[in-house]
Amino acid sequence: MSLDDVKTSGFTHVGTTPDRPDGLDKVTGRARFGADAYAPGMLHGVIVRSPHAHARIISIDTSKAEAMDGVKAIVTRADFAEGLKGPDWDVLENIMASDTALYDGHAVAAIAATSVLAARDAAKLVEVTYEILPHVTDVDAAMVADAPVIREGAADKSVPEGLHPNVVRYHESGHGDVDAGFAEADLVIEDHFRTEATHQGYIEPHACLGTLGGDGKGELWCCTQGHWKVQKVCAALLGLETSQLRVTASEIGGGFGGKTNVFIEPVALALSRKANRPVKLVMTRSEVFRASGPTSSSSMDVKIGMKKDGTITAAKGVFRLQGGAFPLAPMEFSAMCAFAPYNLKHVKQIGYDVMTNRPKQAAYRAPGSPIACFAVESVVDELCGQLGLDPIEVRLKNASREGTQASFGPKFQRIGLVETLEAAKAHPHYSAPLKPGQGRGISCGFWFNFGGETSVSLALSMDGTVQIVVGTPDIGGSRASMALMAAEELGIPYENIRVTIADTASLGYNEVSHGSRVTYASGLATIQAARDAVKKLCGRAAAKWGIDPDAVRWEDGCAVPTGPNAGDFDPMPIAEIAKRMGTTGGPIVGHFEATPEGAGVSFATHIVDAEVDPETGKTRVVRYTVVQDAGKAIHPAYVEGQYQGGAAQGIGWALNEEYVYGEDGRLQNDVFLDYRIPVASDLPMIDTVIVEVPNPGHPHGVRGVGETSICPPLAAIANAVSAAAGVRLHELPMSPPRILAALGKQRDG
Amino acid sequence: MSKIHVTTSVNGDEVEFLCDPRETLLDVLRDKLSLTGAKEGCGTGDCGACSVTLDGRLVCSCLVLGAEAEGKEIGTVEGIANGEELHPLQRKFIEHAALQCGICTPGILVATKALLEKNPDPSETEVRYWLAGNLCRCTGYDKIIRAVMDTAAELREAS
Repeated sequence: MSLDDVKTSGFTHVGTTPDRPDGLDKVTGRARFGADAYAPGMLHGVIVRSPHAHARIISIDTSKAEAMDGVKAIVTRADFAEGLKGPDWDVLENIMASDTALYDGHAVAAIAATSVLAARDAAKLVEVTYEILPHVTDVDAAMVADAPVIREGAADKSVPEGLHPNVVRYHESGHGDVDAGFAEADLVIEDHFRTEATHQGYIEPHACLGTLGGDGKGELWCCTQGHWKVQKVCAALLGLETSQLRVTASEIGGGFGGKTNVFIEPVALALSRKANRPVKLVMTRSEVFRASGPTSSSSMDVKIGMKKDGTITAAKGVFRLQGGAFPLAPMEFSAMCAFAPYNLKHVKQIGYDVMTNRPKQAAYRAPGSPIACFAVESVVDELCGQLGLDPIEVRLKNASREGTQASFGPKFQRIGLVETLEAAKAHPHYSAPLKPGQGRGISCGFWFNFGGETSVSLALSMDGTVQIVVGTPDIGGSRASMALMAAEELGIPYENIRVTIADTASLGYNEVSHGSRVTYASGLATIQAARDAVKKLCGRAAAKWGIDPDAVRWEDGCAVPTGPNAGDFDPMPIAEIAKRMGTTGGPIVGHFEATPEGAGVSFATHIVDAEVDPETGKTRVVRYTVVQDAGKAIHPAYVEGQYQGGAAQGIGWALNEEYVYGEDGRLQNDVFLDYRIPVASDLPMIDTVIVEVPNPGHPHGVRGVGETSICPPLAAIANAVSAAAGVRLHELPMSPPRILAALGKQRDG
Repeated sequence: MSKIHVTTSVNGDEVEFLCDPRETLLDVLRDKLSLTGAKEGCGTGDCGACSVTLDGRLVCSCLVLGAEAEGKEIGTVEGIANGEELHPLQRKFIEHAALQCGICTPGILVATKALLEKNPDPSETEVRYWLAGNLCRCTGYDKIIRAVMDTAAELREAS
């Protein structure tokens, strides 16, 4: 897109904060989420799961369950497609084990019955004989020579010779000569860091309602971040033609990346096909924890050299991420995001993707970036502390700017890192006095943002109002944002536009709502669809006036003649053109389909004050400020919401949340009571500053905002804890026992 | 297994249902009475998405058996608005952008309404502790707390 097409000022609708179109439904209980669908003749499905971390499945005897009243269908792996390869095989193996259970919670069979209670009773009667195998759940332990092998031959060609078969992918990138760079430094710090896996923790468990007949035609309702992906994957796993399965996305009760994957949908459809009745399947919370999500856990080494004046001379990071029993832990994102905020002459990053006996990791808000950021920004903070330098000044001195060669390769286009640092420095929070026992931490963070396949259609109604269908599930108010951008282009009121999330039969393929791509990519497509419609509207006016279409422009919702030879006509409002469209050429529809690639990267700077109780080891966040570049905030209140939500999730990750595995490889904390996400009384108000450095790749300047907000908190809080308690924590979460241990070690030490 | 006949009142309407002795009030509300506003986020009383009132007392409906509703008065999110007129809390939640995905919103509205009926002038800390049993994963609670405080102020002015 040329820069001339980017509007950077003079907005009428964009930047305002109208009520969201789904607000009424959501405050009255009327909004229909995944589990809120019912169908005539519906059965209820329940999944039988392995209680073992690693076990060969010797036999599955379903005869007793089948004999139970109310049981209508039982499926195992034999009821799914055979001969799959690559990612499709991985998904199938993850949602229904073949010969080996690979983690605690791995599905081995499923039952459909006339009630949930009947299905649960029947599940207890399924007799699975296992041969228990040695297991490994820790990333470092999985890489040593005698570690149990999760699956031979899973490694790809990137892995150097001599590594354990559990290392399935390897990444190396960077530029310069890091050894030469470290030699130039006045101080070099190298440290080891670990982070435990966390779960996205969406409050709505996975839920779906599927109907599939012997004719290969199906209907599926589910909560997902991307129903075209669900359609594609379910069709592959069940041996269907993709177009014969229509998928409708429900309202989605949080996703954060965890609902970009397929878990229960193919199982519901397989049960439905066998029973010839609709089947509803809803995960319990325990199943959500054991068999969906979580992030990778990590083990990292970061080394950074700095001169006395704060100049960073070189940086190196090694990022080992376990992603459960399947490949694709986002170690390359960790590696590539780690040093992105810094303009470095010498930088090197290495990543290892490691398999363990844990559930298959899923994306969680800027996957891989927050953990790498934790390690890097902790070391930078330590360097600043030991050299007596201001952490914001040091970051400004070394900041990536337009034209900087990024640590991950390309040169940055226009970016807003310096602007976020300047805004943080000027914010009253940064200079506010601290109380005794409190410490302040700052951190920067980075995320790429993505584009992806996008398709939008915009239709004019007879009364001049507009309906838009988009294909990206609305996670945090995107229907409002789409309507604002369309209102801006069409010059009509926000209220005259209705935005609907289309089902898979109603639009071309749309990539999942992920990578902070919705306001960027669906927004761009909405704007272009509106411009397509405007061209057609102007054409109708030109025909009516008998003038050249090029002599008509669109202004404030009306066609107006323009130029010296256009003639003198009254502006023709959209409603007038709409009323006559049946006889002037037919319905007016604008559409746009593309795979936009201009998603602008985004940076944030966070400031946090924390206090640590030395007796209990409990950390309390007392003040928090998020500064982030949005490019252009379409609906600023919802942008703030993304900033605040990311910060809150980061606080949970930093202080409380972790997967706890027992010696037996079973997850010990699969309920919200034990996996403790932040509650209202844990948090302060979260202040926000929206920086706007327009993205040249979007017609209104938008950068994605959903993910970058979770990148800085882990490090910012670790830095605040270090300042408050005088001890540096190298492992997350910084839970009270870990803080107490660190304080004890310091006292004894 | 024989079922239990229950007569109860939901949002002022008398209702009857048959339930399995093991079925929760949440299951009954959703699956038998078509009141799907209350959500199951955990089934263990930790998330508050299923919050309802039982004879005026705030409870997690996933921890109450359907059979226990006999002779009680139940209040759900569907009963908060007065016809087409939204309760001030509902209005303020939309105005303050106090919801993102909206799955926790019904429970938080039921819980907050119960708070304001008990305490029309809560401090921020009181609101935060009252809502500590209602998990929200999207918002960081900031805008929720502001919406509640603003509603409380408006209700105090009106009374």
